[in-house]
Amino acid sequence: MRYTLLLHYPEADEQSIGREAIEAGMAAFASYAEALDAAGVLRSAEVLQPSSASTTVSTRDGELRIQDGPFADTKDQLGGTFVIDVPDLDAALDWAGRAPSATWGAVEVRPSAVRFVDGSWRPA
Amino acid sequence: MTDAGEVAEAVDAAARRSYGRLVAALAAPTRDLALAEDALAFAFERALELWPGAGVPASPEGWLMTVGRHRITDVLRSAAHRTSVVLDEARDAPAPPPEPDPFPDRLLALLFVCAHPAIEPGIRTPLMLQSVLGVEARAIAAAFAVPAPAMAQRLVRAKRRIRDAGIAFEVPDRSRWSERLPPVLEAVYGAYAIARSGSAGPDLREEALHLGRLLADLLPDEPEVLGLAALLHLAAARDDPGRTVFVPLDEQDPATWDRALLARGEEYLHRAAAHGRPGRFQLEAAIQSAHGARAITGEVDREAIRRLSAALVRVAPTLGARVAHAVAVARVDGPAAGLAVLDDVAGADAFQPAWAARAALLAAAGCEAEADRARQRALELTVDPLEREHLATRMPRI
Repeated sequence: MRYTLLLHYPEADEQSIGREAIEAGMAAFASYAEALDAAGVLRSAEVLQPSSASTTVSTRDGELRIQDGPFADTKDQLGGTFVIDVPDLDAALDWAGRAPSATWGAVEVRPSAVRFVDGSWRPA
Repeated sequence: MTDAGEVAEAVDAAARRSYGRLVAALAAPTRDLALAEDALAFAFERALELWPGAGVPASPEGWLMTVGRHRITDVLRSAAHRTSVVLDEARDAPAPPPEPDPFPDRLLALLFVCAHPAIEPGIRTPLMLQSVLGVEARAIAAAFAVPAPAMAQRLVRAKRRIRDAGIAFEVPDRSRWSERLPPVLEAVYGAYAIARSGSAGPDLREEALHLGRLLADLLPDEPEVLGLAALLHLAAARDDPGRTVFVPLDEQDPATWDRALLARGEEYLHRAAAHGRPGRFQLEAAIQSAHGARAITGEVDREAIRRLSAALVRVAPTLGARVAHAVAVARVDGPAAGLAVLDDVAGADAFQPAWAARAALLAAAGCEAEADRARQRALELTVDPLEREHLATRMPRI
């Protein structure tokens, strides 16, 4: 089954936690992605820029509305997504628990429903 | 030709022996409990139709399993036929592989599924009662004092979640048991607790004991599993399903207790203790056993109960355990010592046993007016009608 790990955590930058902590975090994410890859379960991984770089769009009555900032202005923000393919929920929860940001945020584990591949929707 | 009564008996016996095993084995390939239960219900119906003509098969379970499997394949095929290409591929894929031994560990896996941490704690016990034992949603709803449609809907939702979230029908790795087994025990205990509560029918008590025995058969080397089975049997030995008045434990006539259940409970406890790894359920069982000893020795070892209840508070500081500990202390060291322990129990303002205990301890200490106020508060919080009646007419004693 395919699961998307949604990494939510409070945003931090060099000013707030220091350069060393940022670098340690990046290194941890690097080895996490390598471990997923080596296990043959990684399908995609994206770590996002901070929500200050985010722009949110909606259309109402045919009119495009553009807003600066993220969809929801909360303390924890979506910081990255990992798509993995594993046999069952327990395996997904295991990998989620190993995500570096699980220690300073939370990881939401969502099973995929369908995905678009080679021109059509398919079961995940 | 086989007599219809004989067939009905054979079907009943297979259901009693193997309901949960069959559900578990049928659900494993698709992780779809609702589908498995429907398929099994279909298989039971077919058995009632066909066995009178064909005779009861040599392996009723094997027969039911095969019919159930075919039913699932048919249902998935026609569902796939009706829906889009997307589901066509999704549903056609997992054709259940044939298994030489139809039920290896499947039942245990199902118990772990029902108490999976991804399943809301409140629905775990109902899920077990329904999927493992085949108790009807209506009966479960009655026991939990919720409307039947609400319970049915919650069960449907939980089953859908098991399927959609991809909870595997597998026994978790042993290294996981320290975290995964306690919720299973908790849910089985929950079945018993609810069976004892006023709103449950007498059948449910038997079902809860059945769950406890089943788990002990599946995991005969887990001391806490044995401890739980011991606890359920020892406590059940003193339940009188037909009781019409509430009698406090200390005033019960041991001659009314069920000796067979007591003996079984003692046996489980003995086996558990042999492992030398005490735990919450073993301690609770040991406390029950100390009370039960009155049936043999005529006396209760209060000092032992105090020691055991103190140990229980250390491993499982639940409100119930802490209140019971206060009472155990009072019985050895007097009401003032008990009250001091009770005063330290935080968060018990809406906990009926805490107020009943307080009333008893205050009364024993000679504080009549205060005792009466505590009793009134306990009365407001009492749900069980028999206990209400008892409390309304008499001050609790220690």
